[in-house]
Amino acid sequence: MLQFPIYLDHNATTPCDPRVVEAMIPYFTNNFGNAASRNHSFGWQAEEAVDYAREQVAKLIGADPKEIIFTSGATEGDNLAIKGVYEMYASKGNHIITCNIEHKAVLDTCRHLEKEGAEITYLNVKPNGLIDLAELEAAIKPTTILIAIMYANNEIGTVMPMREISAIARKHGVLVFTDGVQAVGKIPVDVNKDGIDLMAFTAHKMYGPKGVGALYVRRKNPRVKVTAQIDGGGHERGMRSGTLNVPGIVGFGKACEICMNEMESDTARIVKLRDKLEQSLLKVEESYLNGDKEYRLPHVSNISFKYVEGEGLMMGFNKNIALSSGSACTSASLEPSYVLKALGLGDDLAHSSLRFGLGRYTTEEQIDYTIEQVTNTVNKLRDMSPLWEMFKEGIDLDTIEWAHH
Amino acid sequence: MAYSEKVIDHYQHPKNVGTLDKSKNSVGTGLVGAPECGDVMRLQIEVDDATGVIKDAKFKTFGCGSAIASSSLATEWLKGKTVDEAVKIDNMTIVEELNLPPVKIHCSVLAEDAVKAAINDYRKKNGLEELQFEEKGVH
Repeated sequence: MLQFPIYLDHNATTPCDPRVVEAMIPYFTNNFGNAASRNHSFGWQAEEAVDYAREQVAKLIGADPKEIIFTSGATEGDNLAIKGVYEMYASKGNHIITCNIEHKAVLDTCRHLEKEGAEITYLNVKPNGLIDLAELEAAIKPTTILIAIMYANNEIGTVMPMREISAIARKHGVLVFTDGVQAVGKIPVDVNKDGIDLMAFTAHKMYGPKGVGALYVRRKNPRVKVTAQIDGGGHERGMRSGTLNVPGIVGFGKACEICMNEMESDTARIVKLRDKLEQSLLKVEESYLNGDKEYRLPHVSNISFKYVEGEGLMMGFNKNIALSSGSACTSASLEPSYVLKALGLGDDLAHSSLRFGLGRYTTEEQIDYTIEQVTNTVNKLRDMSPLWEMFKEGIDLDTIEWAHH
Repeated sequence: MAYSEKVIDHYQHPKNVGTLDKSKNSVGTGLVGAPECGDVMRLQIEVDDATGVIKDAKFKTFGCGSAIASSSLATEWLKGKTVDEAVKIDNMTIVEELNLPPVKIHCSVLAEDAVKAAINDYRKKNGLEELQFEEKGVH
């Protein structure tokens, strides 16, 4: 029996795995100690739990537990990495290279640093959503201290060529930071094989709790340091003060362990469902896949349905299906998705996009229902779309003088 | 953002979707908005030459639910009105009727603009001077 609403927005957040919740519960009540309390069993117990979780988290990304700094989430991790490197390596230079489809937590952090004297290069991505490696290398100068490129994009799911990026960075002695939020737990990420020096990620995108994340900071070859952005008791090797969120960290650890053990089977199942969804929806006339088809996360599909508007489209089924659109109407800014625009999509196609994000609990029944609902709604809205009528009459919409508002 | 029941009702059961024969002199067509802005409305009226009463109105809209509802409601209101009465349709009455939130007021403005554009197209076709309207400037 199909239960509503169906959740297909796993790039926004994921439900907690019940096994994660179970692992966390004792740390709210009986084992409530402060991991920094050195003088009694409550503290020791909490510290032990945090140490164990640190191992679980480190293992998932091939890191040493000492290289894991717990944070409140990836926004904090992005801030700490970029601002922390900028301040720590100020004597070496002030230039940072990033790209124009990064998450706002990276882009706004860079904008902030620009006001403080940083020089930022925002690389444009190619129409498939990947950066051009030659352009990256050409952008490096003697003052470049950091390359900040996301591992995988949150809207279109494209996966950046991290190994090639880090090889270029190594050659020029530049550090590599990556926002790994969408990738960690979904595809194999190995900080050593991938040559990553710093990486932010978060629990709630991988079936863990909200409000806890980690920043990976490399300890050797090279030893990387960041200037703390929150001052206080000197927790997390002085890089992030603040009492540790023990239940959250325990849950994060458990979530990492489950992802590690089940990634292969989960991916095999999810990618099949994603492909079924995508192939069916791309059969709809004038529908287009956004982003690279090959270099992509297994659980995401971003599709534009030309001549219908995304929010209007979602309204047809959002009582029963939860997903996201790149349409302006879904954001406060009234601007369509900057990620889709960066791919060179016209505003009209950006307005017409839907992002499907599948997850651990997505079923084939849910996908079949979604295919049916989306297809029907697209057809229904096209029947009332003046643009569709013009398209069908063979009118080139670009030749019309629109009254821009 | 939650939609009002009236918006949902117009979205699910839009009134007067369709196309009138724009080659007829009795038909006025207004096409407003732009695909890049995420809203395009086409609103048409058919006027009884003898009485000046709008005997039919049709729309097609590319846009969000509020845009669809605004144009659907406008066509309902147009039918049976004289052209002179129709000119007075104000976007704020659409906002009130549909309970549109502030971020959706531009949808009602677009509907008002579409009505006026249709009326002017009708006037032009019939040798009448086009009316001048003040810019609403909301969008």
